[in-house]
Amino acid sequence: MVFVGSDGQLTVPTAVKIVIAGGFGTGKTTMVGSVSEIPPLKTEELLTEAGVHVDDLAGIEGKDTTTVALDFGRITINTKVVLYLFGTPGQNRFWFMWDELATGAIGAVVLVDTRRLDSSFPSIDFFEHRGIPFVVAVNCFDGAQLYTVDEVRHALDLDDGIPVVLCDARDRESSKAVLVGLIQHSMNRLEAAV
Amino acid sequence: MSAREDWWYDEAAGPLVRPYAMVRGRTRPNAPDLHLVTQVRASSFASDQTSLTVEHREIMALCARPLSVAEVAAYLDVPLIVVKVLLSDLIERGDVIVQNSSPQIPDRDLLQAVLDGVRGI
Repeated sequence: MVFVGSDGQLTVPTAVKIVIAGGFGTGKTTMVGSVSEIPPLKTEELLTEAGVHVDDLAGIEGKDTTTVALDFGRITINTKVVLYLFGTPGQNRFWFMWDELATGAIGAVVLVDTRRLDSSFPSIDFFEHRGIPFVVAVNCFDGAQLYTVDEVRHALDLDDGIPVVLCDARDRESSKAVLVGLIQHSMNRLEAAV
Repeated sequence: MSAREDWWYDEAAGPLVRPYAMVRGRTRPNAPDLHLVTQVRASSFASDQTSLTVEHREIMALCARPLSVAEVAAYLDVPLIVVKVLLSDLIERGDVIVQNSSPQIPDRDLLQAVLDGVRGI
């Protein structure tokens, strides 16, 4: 087996990832697409036996197999580092996939639609329980800002240390600002832990 | 029961047949630690490719530049598990080099590089 370096000439970059989470229809793929250097790609993982017993298969009992679709994008940071952005699968029965996505991630963006705040609760719980740094980004559809950052923070019962920002997932600069905020939050967390 | 219902596969099963034929029914890659973002690249010492399948050669062509396992699966349009099996064949042959670690939580220097990079796009 040939590992990095043993080729003598070629190397491979270090890969890092950020998870874009949130309920169904909160704009996850939109955000991936607005900052990715390639159109979002889709890959499929078959629901494995390992996943079956930990998943709630209610409603799909009649199906022998199913697939989990993952949307993702890429940002080449430099010749040595590449960043991947993964949208989480929307359905809750695919929690086992979240673990692979979250392992080693810089952190997560939890996208929130204020019309359906409760759809973001499972994502927030997931990252809180695993101690993974995350920021909450309120996706202001059509420029509609119905609530203030403080109102959202209160409604989601978030700790003061969790950044909450307003964004427009369709807008590249706005999505960039969310990612920058997350990376800074991860750096602060890292320094606080030392 | 109609003849249609007797048929041993249906539309839902259709796509499963070819990917598993590609890997001759194998569902576990020999190479450990192939994660979604693991970087793979065709080796500069690639061996004789005449014994490789079409899919293996497609992967070799894609990996002329470094790509993640997830990208290879997406471009090849086959499930991740299939790509992991095919990639592990190529890694065993020494035709593909691979990042040799599980995903690690990035350290400060790496985070700073990513921060600068994202700001610069």
